[in-house]
Amino acid sequence: MRKEWDVIVVGGGPAGLAAALACSERGIPQENIVILERDRQLGGILQQCIHHGFGLHLFGEELTGPEYAQRFIDRVQDSSIVCKTDTMVLEITNQREVVAVNAQDGLMVLSGKAIILAMGCRERTRGALNIPGTRPAGVYTAGCAQRLVNMEGYMPGKEIVILGSGDIGLIMARRLTWEGAKVKLVCELMPYSSGLTRNIVQCLEDNDIPLRFEHTVVQIHGKSRVEGVTIARVDGDRKPIPSTFEYIPCDTLLLSVGLLPENELTEAAGIQMDSRTKGAMVDQHRQCSVEGIFACGNVLHVHDLVDNVSMEAQTAGIAAADYIMQDRKPEGITVSVQNGSGVSYTVPQRIVPGDEDVDIYLRTRGVFKPATLTIQAGDKTLLQKKKSVMTPGEMEKVTLPAEKLQDIAGTITVSVIGG
Amino acid sequence: MVSQKEFVCTVCPVGCRLTVSQAEDGEIVVRGNTCKRGARYGRDEFVDPQRTVTSSVWVEGGDLPLVSVRTQGSVSKAKIPEVLQALKRCKVCAPVHVGDVIIPHVAGTDTNVVATRNVRKK
Ligand code: SF4
Repeated sequence: MRKEWDVIVVGGGPAGLAAALACSERGIPQENIVILERDRQLGGILQQCIHHGFGLHLFGEELTGPEYAQRFIDRVQDSSIVCKTDTMVLEITNQREVVAVNAQDGLMVLSGKAIILAMGCRERTRGALNIPGTRPAGVYTAGCAQRLVNMEGYMPGKEIVILGSGDIGLIMARRLTWEGAKVKLVCELMPYSSGLTRNIVQCLEDNDIPLRFEHTVVQIHGKSRVEGVTIARVDGDRKPIPSTFEYIPCDTLLLSVGLLPENELTEAAGIQMDSRTKGAMVDQHRQCSVEGIFACGNVLHVHDLVDNVSMEAQTAGIAAADYIMQDRKPEGITVSVQNGSGVSYTVPQRIVPGDEDVDIYLRTRGVFKPATLTIQAGDKTLLQKKKSVMTPGEMEKVTLPAEKLQDIAGTITVSVIGG
Repeated sequence: MVSQKEFVCTVCPVGCRLTVSQAEDGEIVVRGNTCKRGARYGRDEFVDPQRTVTSSVWVEGGDLPLVSVRTQGSVSKAKIPEVLQALKRCKVCAPVHVGDVIIPHVAGTDTNVVATRNVRKK
């Protein structure tokens, strides 16, 4: 395996595929681009997301996960972009070296003029939640159950309680019901769901599955297999209220309690991280604090639509190509983007003012209906935008025109208020 | 007014609350929508809600045990149990390609069940 590459893409899911294609379209020779993927196939998590609803923004139709992935896989495989599957990346250095291993080539040290991080995310587990009780079989993350049912052909159980109303949990509630299981209820800690309304309607309401807001699982019962769970209502501080404890018999508990960007490699490379997104700090081109390393997709922040992952990956891919082909001017002033009230994070975290408009993505910290978004530099309001609703479950995008960014020094603040 | 039902419009994230009613003369009125798409959604949900069904079916002799499938178009919500029954009985032979028809006119509807991924021969 050769050592020198123009671009090394770490991860062959939707982000990695789109980033690699964007590099090639921008003029990087295809044979100088390599995608490293640890699974045996490309496509990432999309391959197990067999439900439809992907691609509405990008393709104007609703594809299933595998169909969406295949569109990109076909384009990559028809090109001369090099794909190494079954290949595990062990280390990335701030000198843009990648240490990887596979059965064919053994241990390799590759070096890239640019590196694109596209490792995606993983699920939070029971360990991350600290649910007390025994350690019986029958506790799964929703994504693990999804893989078992959709790809391996196993049912995780018959009587199921789901904790968390994220989209994967909702989708699995329907999927398991359709396969003959009884989904008894879905508990959501918050007073709102982080899942799409469409999934609440089509996955839960269509199948008469109750959704209890402000409820959580406080204990798991059973010795070798789950026998039941105790659920409880929570108070305003999200603490369980003892008088509301209720025992629900079941043989399976699914956890759909959020995703975490998978950033061990990023952190080990000494790249500056954002504690809010759990991803790297990037500028609007998705360049990290280490020059020539870019990040995109769920490794950067957890997206709710794969279309946005693909688009972000395109931004990163184009930027990586430009970085290689042109000598970039050194970054002059950078503007840091901070969250004000009502905002839990923004991407990018910093902006290098130029002649292009800048898209800022953000998530709100609660439901605002209606909502007003404001971007300020000191006391000066740069932009204001009203929307009928903003919720944490839907990533918001606001475009800041390039001219607004002229003569801004230091910081801009993005905030959202109700009304 | 003969009948009235409430829905949350799922076409876009706004999630308008729709009230759909049908008068004696059969006329259907949607209220609460902010745009035309909502009116259409409300009407469809009231008259005959449509859903896309996705699942996986067994593959014989493939490099994977299952192939993911979907209904090409949508089917009437009331037809879903029948579609699921047909899928349960279904088994195909590798190779399978994206778009291959797995069950034509599933459950007597005018839509086909098609494969959504490739499965190679083992
Ligand atoms: S009625 Fe229109 S604006 Fe309201 S949720 Fe439906 S599509 Fe969105």
